Amino acid sequence: MTKKIKNLNLNFGPQHPAAHGVLRLILELDGEVVEKADPHIGLLHRGTEKLIENKTYIQAVPYFDRLDYVAPMNQEHAFALAIEKILQIDVPIRAQFIRVIFCEIGRILSHILNVTTQALDVGALTPSLWGFEERETLMTFYERASGSRLHANYFRAGGVHQDLPAGLENDIGKFCESFPKIINDLENLLTDNRIFKQRNVDIGIVSKEDALDYSFSGVMIRGSGVPWDLRKSQPYDCYEQLEFKIPVGKNGDCYDRYLCRIEEMKESVSIIKQCLAKMEKGPVKSFDGKITPPPKKELKQSMEALIHHFKLFTEGYRVSKDEIYTAVEAPKGEFGVYLISDGSSKPYKCKIRAPGFSHLQSMDYLIKGHMLADVPAVLGSLDIVFGEVDR
Amino acid sequence: MKTLIDLEKKINSELTTKINNTSIKHNQIYVEIDKEDLIDVTLFLKTNKDTKFRQLIDITVVDYPEKVQRFKVVYLFLSHEFNHRVILSYFINENEVISSLVSIFPSANWMEREVFDMYGVNFKDHPDLRRILTDYGFEGHPLRKDFPLTGHSEVRYSEEQKKSCSRASQT
Repeated sequence: MTKKIKNLNLNFGPQHPAAHGVLRLILELDGEVVEKADPHIGLLHRGTEKLIENKTYIQAVPYFDRLDYVAPMNQEHAFALAIEKILQIDVPIRAQFIRVIFCEIGRILSHILNVTTQALDVGALTPSLWGFEERETLMTFYERASGSRLHANYFRAGGVHQDLPAGLENDIGKFCESFPKIINDLENLLTDNRIFKQRNVDIGIVSKEDALDYSFSGVMIRGSGVPWDLRKSQPYDCYEQLEFKIPVGKNGDCYDRYLCRIEEMKESVSIIKQCLAKMEKGPVKSFDGKITPPPKKELKQSMEALIHHFKLFTEGYRVSKDEIYTAVEAPKGEFGVYLISDGSSKPYKCKIRAPGFSHLQSMDYLIKGHMLADVPAVLGSLDIVFGEVDR
Repeated sequence: MKTLIDLEKKINSELTTKINNTSIKHNQIYVEIDKEDLIDVTLFLKTNKDTKFRQLIDITVVDYPEKVQRFKVVYLFLSHEFNHRVILSYFINENEVISSLVSIFPSANWMEREVFDMYGVNFKDHPDLRRILTDYGFEGHPLRKDFPLTGHSEVRYSEEQKKSCSRASQT
């Protein structure tokens, strides 16, 4: 006697700790094997692009913090670079170093969160406790530079908002000395861990070809053996002057992506160290009074400074008519801004290209034929943050 | 193709009739085409050994409500091999249906769904054209310039009905 068995539809999320945010994943299961995955996104959609079209260029910056909220400054960077390219502003060298330092801090922030929560998803609690302590230290650096732990609003077209406070460089330097030990501790817990390997090795394999076809970037493409990093191939700011390696995976599975992230953290520490060594005192924003607000002490003496200040914070600066796409290597992959300016002080169009969007759409391809228990492992290694996927 | 200028020449000589205009700006090539030639041009860019634009970075639309051809459809491509970027664009009318790229780039799936959701542009041969970012049952296309910033309706929780419901917003 044969019995027809119907496939089971399972709703995963939107309120599930392993969904890493508000993901509603509809899974079609044949026993424990996933036949089809249909992610429903948009539960965190705030209309960022629409809002940016209605704000001046200065007012638009904080929206970028709220995209991938575990590495806020990396995204501000893309927007600042886009405006700088259109207006052809030169960024002082010290500002470039500061920006690179904070982008690398953002990378470490993001990778710690990802590596440790991925471990959490497959059953290891300790790494996240150890990792979050370090994240807290890094976020105090954010706070000391910008005044805010997360929503920094620190990068400007032409530089950064203000210089680093006294002593911060020293403390970042100290952190760079102590942090590699923490990475080692994490590695001792995970890299050769039998359970961690059983849950990650040969899970969610991406071939080189598919990584290209599915528009993967960042660790997702490097894990599959494509040595592609925008910091090397299309360098921006002072990345050209710095030496660092691009870790590349071999098998393209979840475990290789984990290894890439660990290695990238080590590279980031080395980049920060080089920046600290090369940094000298100097200006941190462009001298162009039409873009950069005047220093506070000039406001009460200089009429011109007062006018500039008033114009900048009411109307905002104008950006000439142009169309540009700029991308940076954010921790999760290629984060791009497609900006169309029309000569006014507000962007006519600002399309945000978030890496997580293309990564998440491959969920169906990645998980087909895997077991239900592999869903959190694959989802974890995709490194999804819903702020940027839903925008 | 080593340099952008070579690449521009190559594209122009191979696709003569299909290209309306090309220019180089900000280290990127801007190519303007006609709507009908999209598939041919994309296939050429992806497969030709001198271009190899193997990655589709993004698809988006720019809305110019005052123009007759209202929407400018934009495709961003990246070639790892030669480290170049191409921005492909063409104009369409409000109700025109355009070809889908899903058969060439699987990643176009969600990008086209987003364009459909945000601008109401329809795609021919798309396997699964649903809204993606907005709420279930949402009406209107939020990124069109004539869509108000506050939206057409607001959602609230109704104490009487014990569920969330929407009503027209007061503007």
